[in-house]
Amino acid sequence: MNALASEIVRDTSAVSAADLAKGGHFSGTIGDITTPDPRMVCREVNVWYGDKHAIKDVSLDIGNHQVVAMIGPSGCGKSTFLRCLNRMNDTIDGCRVRGSITLDGREIYDKGLDPVPLRAQVGMVFQKPNPFPKSIFENVAYGARIHGLTNSKAELDALVETSLRKAGLWNEVKDRLDQPGTGLSGGQQQRLCIARTIAVSPEVILMDEPCSALDPIATAIIEELIDELREHYSIAIVTHSMQQAARVSQRTAYFHLGDLVEVGETTQVFTNPRHKLTEDYITGRFG
Amino acid sequence: MNNPAPGASAPPPAPAARRTIDIVNASLKRRYAREARFRFMGAAAVFLGLLFVGVLFGDIVAKGYTAFAQTYIQVPVYFDSATLDPDGSRDPQVLANADYLGLVKASLRTLFPQVTGRAQQRALYALISAGAPQQLQTMVRQYPSVLGTTRDVWLIAGADVDMLVKGQIDRELPEADRRIKDSTLTLVDQLKTEGRIEQRFNTGFFTNGTSREPELAGIAGALAGTFYTLALTLLLSFPIGVGAALYLQEFAPKNRWTDLIEVNINNLAAVPSIVFGLLGLAVFINVFGVPRSTPLVGALVLALMTLPTIIIASRAALQSVPPSIREAALGVGASPLQTQFHHVLPLALPGIMTGAIIGMARALGESAPLLMIGMIAFIVDIPQGITDSATVLPVQIYLWADSPERGFVERTSAAILVLLGFMVVMNLAAVLLRRRFERRW
Repeated sequence: MNALASEIVRDTSAVSAADLAKGGHFSGTIGDITTPDPRMVCREVNVWYGDKHAIKDVSLDIGNHQVVAMIGPSGCGKSTFLRCLNRMNDTIDGCRVRGSITLDGREIYDKGLDPVPLRAQVGMVFQKPNPFPKSIFENVAYGARIHGLTNSKAELDALVETSLRKAGLWNEVKDRLDQPGTGLSGGQQQRLCIARTIAVSPEVILMDEPCSALDPIATAIIEELIDELREHYSIAIVTHSMQQAARVSQRTAYFHLGDLVEVGETTQVFTNPRHKLTEDYITGRFG
Repeated sequence: MNNPAPGASAPPPAPAARRTIDIVNASLKRRYAREARFRFMGAAAVFLGLLFVGVLFGDIVAKGYTAFAQTYIQVPVYFDSATLDPDGSRDPQVLANADYLGLVKASLRTLFPQVTGRAQQRALYALISAGAPQQLQTMVRQYPSVLGTTRDVWLIAGADVDMLVKGQIDRELPEADRRIKDSTLTLVDQLKTEGRIEQRFNTGFFTNGTSREPELAGIAGALAGTFYTLALTLLLSFPIGVGAALYLQEFAPKNRWTDLIEVNINNLAAVPSIVFGLLGLAVFINVFGVPRSTPLVGALVLALMTLPTIIIASRAALQSVPPSIREAALGVGASPLQTQFHHVLPLALPGIMTGAIIGMARALGESAPLLMIGMIAFIVDIPQGITDSATVLPVQIYLWADSPERGFVERTSAAILVLLGFMVVMNLAAVLLRRRFERRW
C-alpha cells in the first residue's frame, strides 16, 4: 500500500487552475491521500451517471476514529463519492462505479458482496432529516429489529436508550418514545436519524450535509455530537459550510468538478492551501 | 382613465409612471369582467350538473320507492283436512304436494260467491299472486295445527291489483285501454271497503330471487351473485395489482420492455369492458372450462378489467412516497423488499386503496362483460357459492328494465336505488379508509 500511496502523492506545483480550466483529464491530487490507520481505502474511483463522468479517479483514505470533511462547490461530486462508500448509488438507474473501495481490506464492489449488510456497517445520515413516520422508539429500534441484533425486549429497550443517549437526544424524548418521530423539531429529527444509524453499530458513518436544513443552535449541537462520535466511529462528512469542516474534521478533501483537488490536515488546508482552486474556494472567491 | 383607482391617486412621481398605471387601470375592468364571466360559467356548469343529478335521483326515487311496499289481501281460508291431508297422516310429503292453488281459488270463491262464469272467475283468481299457493304451503308445513280451521290469511296481491292500489293504473281511462277491467275494479273496491287490502313493507324484495311475476321478484339472488363476484374480484385483483405495481415501479429494470408494458397497461384501462367479456368467454370458458354463468368466471373477467386501474393507481401512490424514506430504510441496512413492505407500501396504502375501491366500484356497475359469459341467464335460485349459476345487480336491472310488465318498472328503479346505495357505501368506505391510514411524513 505504501508503494501505491507514494505513487499517487504527486508533486503539487505541476497542476494549476489553468490545467483544470482546459478541461483536460486531471488525476493529480495534491496532498497525502493516505492516513496511518485507514478504515476505508478508495483508489481511482470513477462514477458515471449515464454519459456524465461525475467522479474522476478519486483516491482517498478514511481513517479510523477520524472525521474526514469533503468540501467543494455544488455539483463537484462530493455527495456522489460519499454515496459510493455504502453503495447507495446502486439504487440510481444508469449509475456505474469503477475503481476500488475497500472496507477493512474487503472490496465492497465485489460481485459476491451483499450491499445490505454493508449498509449496516457503513451507516448514513442524510441531508434532510428523514425519520420514518413511526414512533421515536420504532425509528431507533428498526435497524436492530431487521438485523436481529437483540434477543429480548429488555435488550432492545437498552439499545434504544444507549443509541439515543449517544445521539444526545435521550433527555429530550425519554418521556415520549411512543410519539411519532416526525413530530420532533428539525434538529431533533436529525439527531434521531443519527441515533437510528448508530443503533446498528456501524463502523463508518457517512453524513451528507447533515446540518444544511438546521438552524445554528441545532447545528452546534450536531457538530458537538460528531466530535463525540469520533471516539467510536470513523466519519466522512460532506458539508457546504467551511466553518463546519474546520470545526469538526481532522482531514479535509476539496472536490472540484469531479476531481479530488486537494487533501490534507484540516488546519493545513484552511490556513495554507496548496492549490489555487482550494485557496479560491476557501477564501470565498467562488463556490 | 380619468378616474384612476384609489391606489393610483398617490402623488405621481413622473408622467411616464402615471401613464403606465392608467393603462393598467384601463385594462383592469376588462380583466375582471373576463374573470367574472369565467366564474359565472363555472358556477352555472356546477348548477346544471347538480340539476341533472337531482332530476335523475328524483325520477328514480319517485318511480322506485313504491317497490318497497307490497299489497296484501286478507282472505279467509278454510284449511280443509279432507283435501289437504286425506289420510290424516300429517305426512310432510303429502302436505307439501297438496293442491294449494285449488285452496286459494276455493277461498276466493267463498269470499265472492256472486262471481260466476269462467272469465269472471279467472279475473277473480288474478287478484291474488301466483305466489299465494306457496305462501299457504309454507304456512301449513310450519303450523300443521291450522288444518281443519278457517284462518284470515294475508295473501300477496296480484301485480295488477298492486299497481292499482299504488295508483299506477288510471281508473279514468276507458275500460278497453285499462289493464284492470270494471268487474275487477268492483271486487277491489269491495275488498277495500271491507278493510281487506293493506300495504306492508316488501321484505320479499330483499329475500326472493327473481321471478316472472313482478310481485314475487326480488334482488336476493342478484345481491348474492354480486357479493360473491365482487369479493372474489377483490381477492384476485388487489394482491396481483399491488404486486405488479410494486414490481414494475420499484424493482423492474427501466428499459424498452418495461416501457412497452407500461404503455399497454395504460391502454388496457381504456379497453371497452365487453372485450374483457369476449376474452373470458374464449379463454376461461372455452379453453379452461370454467363453468359459465358463475361468479367464478365473472370474477376472473372483472379482475382482469380492474387490474389496470389498480396497477396505475398503485404506481402513482408508490411514486408519491418520498425517496428519502427509501434511502432511510436502505441506509440502515434494510433489504429492498423490507424497505418496500415496511415503509413504502404502508405510506402508499391510502392511494392504493382509493384506486382499488374505484376499480371495484366500476366492477360493481359492470354488465357488458358479464353478458358475454352467461351471467344474464334467468336464475331464480339464490347462489350459494362461487360455482353456482348467478347474475349480478346491474344485469338484473337490465333484465327487469327489459320486462314489459308495469310492476317491473318500480322494481327496476328500486334495484337501481339499491345499487346506488352500495356505490355510496363503497365511496364512503374509501374516504374513511383514507382518513384512517393517512400518515404524514
